[in-house]
Amino acid sequence: MEFAELIKTPRVDGVVLHRPFMPTVEGTLCLTGHHLILSSRQDNTEELWLLHSNIDSIEKRFVGSVGSVIVKCKDLRVIQLDIPGMEECLNIASSIEALSTLDSVSLMYPFFYRPMFEVIEDGWNSFLPQDAFKDLESMTDEWRLSDVNKDFTVCQSYPRLVAVPKNIDDDTLKKVATFRHSGRFPVLSYYHKKNGMVMMRAGQPLTGTNGRRCKEDEKLINATLRPGKRGYIIDTRTINVAQQAKARGGGFESEGNYPQWRRIHKAIERYNVLQESLIKLVEACGDQSHSMDRWLSKLEASNWQTHIKEILTTACLAAQCIDREGASVLVHGTEGTDSTLQVTSLAQIILDPGCRTVKGFQGLVEREWLQAGHPFRQRCGQSAYSNSKPRQEAPVFLLFLDCVWQILRQFPCSFEFNESFLVLLFEHAYASQFGTFLGNCAADRARLSLPEKTVSLWSWVNRPQELERLTNPLYEANSLVIWPSVAPQSLLLWEGVFLRWNRSSKCLDEAYDEMVHIIEYNKELQNKVNSLRRQLAQLETEDPLLNTP
Amino acid sequence: MEHIRLPKVENVRLLDRLSPRRSRVGTLYLTATHSIFVESEAGGRSETWVLHSLVCSVDKQAAGASGCPLLIRCKNFQILHFSIPREQDCQDVHLSLQRLSQPERYEELYCFSYKPNIHEEERRREWAFVDLRADFRRMGLPNSQWKLSLVNQHYKVSDTYPAELFVPESAAPPVLVGSSKFRSRGRFPALSYYSKENHAAICRSSQPLSGFSARCLEDEQMLEAILRSNPRSDFMYVVDTRPKLNAIANRAVGKGYENEDNYSNIKFQFMGIENIHVMRNSQQKMLEVCELRSPSMSDFLEGLESSGWLKHIKAVLDTGVFISKAVAEGVSVLVHCSDGWDRTAQVCSVACVLLDPYYRTLKGLMVLIEKDWISFGHKFTQRCNHLVRDPKEVSPIIDQFLECVWQLMEQFPCAFEYNERLLITVHNHIYSCQFGNFIGNNQRERGELRVHEKTHSLWSYLWTNRAEFINPLYRQNHSQSQGLLRPSTAPYCFKFWRGLYNRFDQGMHPRQSVEDYLRVIQEETHQLEEQLDSHKQKIAQLEQEQEQEQDQVWNNACTAATFDKSPTVWALGKDLALANTPQDYTGGFIASSPRTPKAPDSPLILAPQDSHQKADPNLSNGSDQESGIADLSCRSPLSEDSTKDPDSDEAAYSAA
Repeated sequence: MEFAELIKTPRVDGVVLHRPFMPTVEGTLCLTGHHLILSSRQDNTEELWLLHSNIDSIEKRFVGSVGSVIVKCKDLRVIQLDIPGMEECLNIASSIEALSTLDSVSLMYPFFYRPMFEVIEDGWNSFLPQDAFKDLESMTDEWRLSDVNKDFTVCQSYPRLVAVPKNIDDDTLKKVATFRHSGRFPVLSYYHKKNGMVMMRAGQPLTGTNGRRCKEDEKLINATLRPGKRGYIIDTRTINVAQQAKARGGGFESEGNYPQWRRIHKAIERYNVLQESLIKLVEACGDQSHSMDRWLSKLEASNWQTHIKEILTTACLAAQCIDREGASVLVHGTEGTDSTLQVTSLAQIILDPGCRTVKGFQGLVEREWLQAGHPFRQRCGQSAYSNSKPRQEAPVFLLFLDCVWQILRQFPCSFEFNESFLVLLFEHAYASQFGTFLGNCAADRARLSLPEKTVSLWSWVNRPQELERLTNPLYEANSLVIWPSVAPQSLLLWEGVFLRWNRSSKCLDEAYDEMVHIIEYNKELQNKVNSLRRQLAQLETEDPLLNTP
Repeated sequence: MEHIRLPKVENVRLLDRLSPRRSRVGTLYLTATHSIFVESEAGGRSETWVLHSLVCSVDKQAAGASGCPLLIRCKNFQILHFSIPREQDCQDVHLSLQRLSQPERYEELYCFSYKPNIHEEERRREWAFVDLRADFRRMGLPNSQWKLSLVNQHYKVSDTYPAELFVPESAAPPVLVGSSKFRSRGRFPALSYYSKENHAAICRSSQPLSGFSARCLEDEQMLEAILRSNPRSDFMYVVDTRPKLNAIANRAVGKGYENEDNYSNIKFQFMGIENIHVMRNSQQKMLEVCELRSPSMSDFLEGLESSGWLKHIKAVLDTGVFISKAVAEGVSVLVHCSDGWDRTAQVCSVACVLLDPYYRTLKGLMVLIEKDWISFGHKFTQRCNHLVRDPKEVSPIIDQFLECVWQLMEQFPCAFEYNERLLITVHNHIYSCQFGNFIGNNQRERGELRVHEKTHSLWSYLWTNRAEFINPLYRQNHSQSQGLLRPSTAPYCFKFWRGLYNRFDQGMHPRQSVEDYLRVIQEETHQLEEQLDSHKQKIAQLEQEQEQEQDQVWNNACTAATFDKSPTVWALGKDLALANTPQDYTGGFIASSPRTPKAPDSPLILAPQDSHQKADPNLSNGSDQESGIADLSCRSPLSEDSTKDPDSDEAAYSAA
């Protein structure tokens, strides 16, 4: 298919662009296969360069012969284009609509994007499972890397290589896979170096209504326990939801069959509920009524902060079981690709200082989200403004980022990265020139040959000029476990995402710059004092009088 | 002392508010001024001091198996939950505290017995620290348009006004007196703020006694004089901060608001800020939400909404923004409510903060509170419940002002020289009665009580300790510290002030403080600057006289150069093990866990009140604030026996 077929009017002059907190500009609007570009007439500089895939929905309005296209983006920005001429406006609108809803992955921009920067380190090779396993091997010999899934037949959503208990062979794994939702047999998620406890994740067991059991499953799980020790199974669903799942062939581990494990149910909502929550929250943030009652009641009704609290609480619980109770943990919900990953990844942020560095956090996203098979393509297809009915869309990953932001706010000196990094990940998960978030799982990425055909987000991020922008100037390595507060008073609305386009952030940005300045100035003085000290020492050694005792 | 029925009770338990199973055992002492709880556990000796004047209510609850519960709520939002073994003792403590916390006469207030180790001469200087005349001089007054009037010198014209007032040059004493007779409590229009740049002014008064048709020539002349003192503007605003309905209701009792037809060139505006009773109930409701033990997000947000608190804060800030914009545009404003000492004080002072960068400095805030609150007669005795008076007169009006300033700080982090800690400290001492500043309802009363002769001033205490109260992000030449602040008052810009209302729930606050981190960095920077200078000097010296011996000085410089390379400051100065423990995430699933090791408590001693610090341990983030710290041995529905040792893993699993 040619993009040109979809572009009815490639270029319109005299278009006026309105954006939040910026002066309006008049210029020429151009549509390309992947971008909407507006360049102002005076100096031909680009004022706007917007990926079609970032567009969530558009609206048309007409006043006389001037039409307006209101473009609502997945990053929650809303812009308006005033286009002279009814026909041009309609053409532009329908072209944008067609280009922003292309269904085929292979037509996405990352396949066409050529980097304008030098790749220092190819991000596709930065976080390979075999490398992560080497770190594990240095701590314990109880685990092995299995390639039972090398052709993605045992579990479609798992990577080729997964870490499993050493004494469990591949045949057992295959049997266990038949007993777990989507073949997601329990695999290692995290090894707690401090006490050797582990966190595993899986899909729900397929016990069904008649209480099916699987000896191999029990054997696998028990193989992770030290002699005489017990573990916790954290089911992210309420007991009611888990009971209902039985009717559809799912279920949970009964205490009788897993006597060494204690099951705890929590109440993280399923992904379909979450999308509605996001839509309501964004709608509340855009409310123009200026009524405090309305704002608070809409904020409450969106339930967004409730989800944040539930997810964080569950992650804290998992971390507490491992670190404080000295017990191993298995986490699952239904599929094991959404709430499960929220919990396992956040628990690692709490427990593992390594995950709080820039590189470590990338590794965490790679391990616990991309390779673990969170279906990014399905979940991030639409954002809060989409008019179409959500199918598989849900802000599962955004909620995770929001939770990380909450912990960052409570421990502002313990993270090597800053808020901008989290916002960047949110943006790229929904629309990107990079291939990192394309596809739903490792199998998809292999099929699409993403490492060969697209550039990795990490290749771009891990360059000095980008890292500088994303690094937290307050960072001081903190080797301790960090326990966040989950009281409602402690959990805030993430303004950097949800109010980003509603209110000016100028004063807050200035405060950030001021903070950087204070720290930079200190470093500068430090260097000056050191160099003067060296100079002094030199002068003194040159002094013959001082050298003779 | 005659009110103390029982000076000492042993084996008292101080329960953690958020998780009653965590408790400390100790001895409770009642002194003339404080209740002191001394933990008796071996190893550490932690003390919790509570000033009687900060106690807001004492509730004795039905005795249980483990003792008789006594709940003490404080005006600084601290809540202490004691359990006293014998009911009779509890009864005695209850009655004693009830009496001690509700003084009937001014002489009983703590400021009259508070005697820090400060020389009398020094004490007298404390009261000269904030000088209102100097502030009016700073505004450029008196000048050709505004003069100092002594018409109220003996508090005869208005007994709730200060002796010195600025009024328009053209307003002769008969006009002032005439106008005062037409205003509630004689509170005629007087100057609150004057803008040197454009001559616009903020004046304040009480409501006119207009009823349905009454007029007063002098009052009309008075407003005319205010208008004329700003020659560049041909009209002025009259802002009635009340909801229109309230103002209309006042007409029926012979009060009311200005009729635009009777006053030349005024634009009249209602603002809709609710009265003291609505505000009192609203804060009460909000505090109930803050007190909930483990609220869900919905409980919290619904409670916050139904309390209406943030709505009221928004109304006050909205009005302040309206006034400040008018003045910035060169239009004078007369502000009043009913009596002109509550809402009027709020919005005038908020407008001043928005308009004038001076009021965003440490000294400036003190001056502002002195000007618009203390001198203009905000009724601190009633509003803050210093003495037993009509409970319907109590209202958190000044809390709302402090909160407006805090909300502005959140929007303009570089605009204020002072920090949140200052606002909280001021709040604490408005209620503590430790200093004389907020005693009495007006200047006349304070004179009669000889406050300036007998008590100490908070302002110089704050100034002496100012290092704690400085915002590291503030720079005098920063764009945010210039000119008018234009805040957004969209609802989502208002936040819940956890730092004040959940002040003592330590576990809820961020565990690391950016501000403290930056403060340490800045201190280090300061030292580096000094070293840089001294190194430069020495190099110059060495280069000049190579043979001179510099050994000694050089060595000194080297020792001074070793810094602690890790400036991370854990919030509230706690060590990490204590400040950072998991909360109750389980909802009661895990029956128990190893208990957090006890913090090495700072050895506070039962010292006589010889210094500011010791006399007020509530502010020193002392060991008494452990209550907010998270809970490990969480409430278990399965194991009620709280005396059981919860330390072993075994216990955890068997209970489950």
